[in-house]
Amino acid sequence: MSAILVAAAEGEEHNPLIPELPEIVLGLVVLGILFLLIRKFVVPNFEKAYAERTAAIEGGIEEAKSAQQEAQAALEQYTAQLADARHEAARIREEAKEQGAQIIAELRAQAQEEAARITATAHAQVEAERSQALAQLKSEVGSLATDLAGRIVGESLEDEARQRRTVERFITELEGSAN
Amino acid sequence: MTLASTALVAAADGPPQPGPGSFLLPPTFTIGGWEVNKPELFLVLSLVIVFAFAYATSRKAQVVPGRLQFAGELVYGFIRNSIARDNIGSADYMKYVPYLFTVFLFVLVNNFYGVIPVIQFPSMSKFGFPVALALVTWLIYNVAGIGRHGFVGYLKHQTVPAGAKGPILIALVPLEFLSNIIVRPFTLALRLFATMFAGHLLILLFSLGAAYLVTGYANAAIGIPAGVLSFVLGIGVSFLDMLIMFLQAYVFTLLTAMYIGSAIADEH
Repeated sequence: MSAILVAAAEGEEHNPLIPELPEIVLGLVVLGILFLLIRKFVVPNFEKAYAERTAAIEGGIEEAKSAQQEAQAALEQYTAQLADARHEAARIREEAKEQGAQIIAELRAQAQEEAARITATAHAQVEAERSQALAQLKSEVGSLATDLAGRIVGESLEDEARQRRTVERFITELEGSAN
Repeated sequence: MTLASTALVAAADGPPQPGPGSFLLPPTFTIGGWEVNKPELFLVLSLVIVFAFAYATSRKAQVVPGRLQFAGELVYGFIRNSIARDNIGSADYMKYVPYLFTVFLFVLVNNFYGVIPVIQFPSMSKFGFPVALALVTWLIYNVAGIGRHGFVGYLKHQTVPAGAKGPILIALVPLEFLSNIIVRPFTLALRLFATMFAGHLLILLFSLGAAYLVTGYANAAIGIPAGVLSFVLGIGVSFLDMLIMFLQAYVFTLLTAMYIGSAIADEH
């Protein structure tokens, strides 16, 4: 109680604008200690979190970028492959067409050759048969003529009727022998 | 305790007259001749409070903040980005963030002591503490400026305004020197001290007045309603004071950052 009264009495003379040295010293010491503690234990932690956050965000952006690039590359690759495939298909089609045409041409040539061969064979056979027939005819005509002449000469040829009969008989014989 | 006793004394002796004397507190205890009083005790406690808060919120700082870390980062990010980086410049600000963060929390906690029950005494209303803070800020920005520009270069940087030539300098240089080097620590300390002093005095006036009017005034028919009114006004004043407590912590930190920024700026 007395201390308060004393304080109140002193208050009349107390000038609050005169700083007290112990307060200044204490303020400096406390502020200094707090500053050192915060600089050592608090700020690095916050800064670490900030840095990690920045890194995480940048990493995310980087990742997205690379993914986009990859997708772009894949797209280009597929497009290229597709174009290649189209070229290949066109080439194969072209080749097939050529081959087809070639095969047709070959077959045609073969067929023509065959036809020619067959025609030639037929010609040859016909020719052979003809010449054979001709040869046979020649020999037969000779003998027939001789035969006929003999008969005509052998029988008297005064009777025209006889003569006709003779010829008819000869022809009938001839027909019979031919049969 | 002190407030209650003063109120009792006042009630017995007449209307209370809170004044500068109300800020002279009796020693809580004495260590070897040094009388330790309440504001000194709580100033030391603020060291524990501030560090505990800052450490608890930053201890497990993660990329994705938890609730506690978010609270800490709210303050830290505000000091770091809005005060330090915007006023000092992105090249140099990081060096001063620890001090600015410390000063802000330190002043804030010590100011808010004024409205915390039981404590109810803003440490910064004792002039010695703001003086200590202003002294450190003064040293920091001057040392930073001298480190950047050299002693003579820094003096020129602070005293010769850009573009000023000729005889006008005779008038300008002393003025600039006065305002940038001499006056700044005084205004810093005085602003913080005076607002806290006045705020505490107002709260004292309204609360002691209310107590006196209700319990000690001769005419109870007037005294009790007037006392209640005084009490309600005291609550309003307390809220106003809380706003000022925050603003002063912000202003002190902001001015420190601005002084550092202008001291190390390359050009005016």
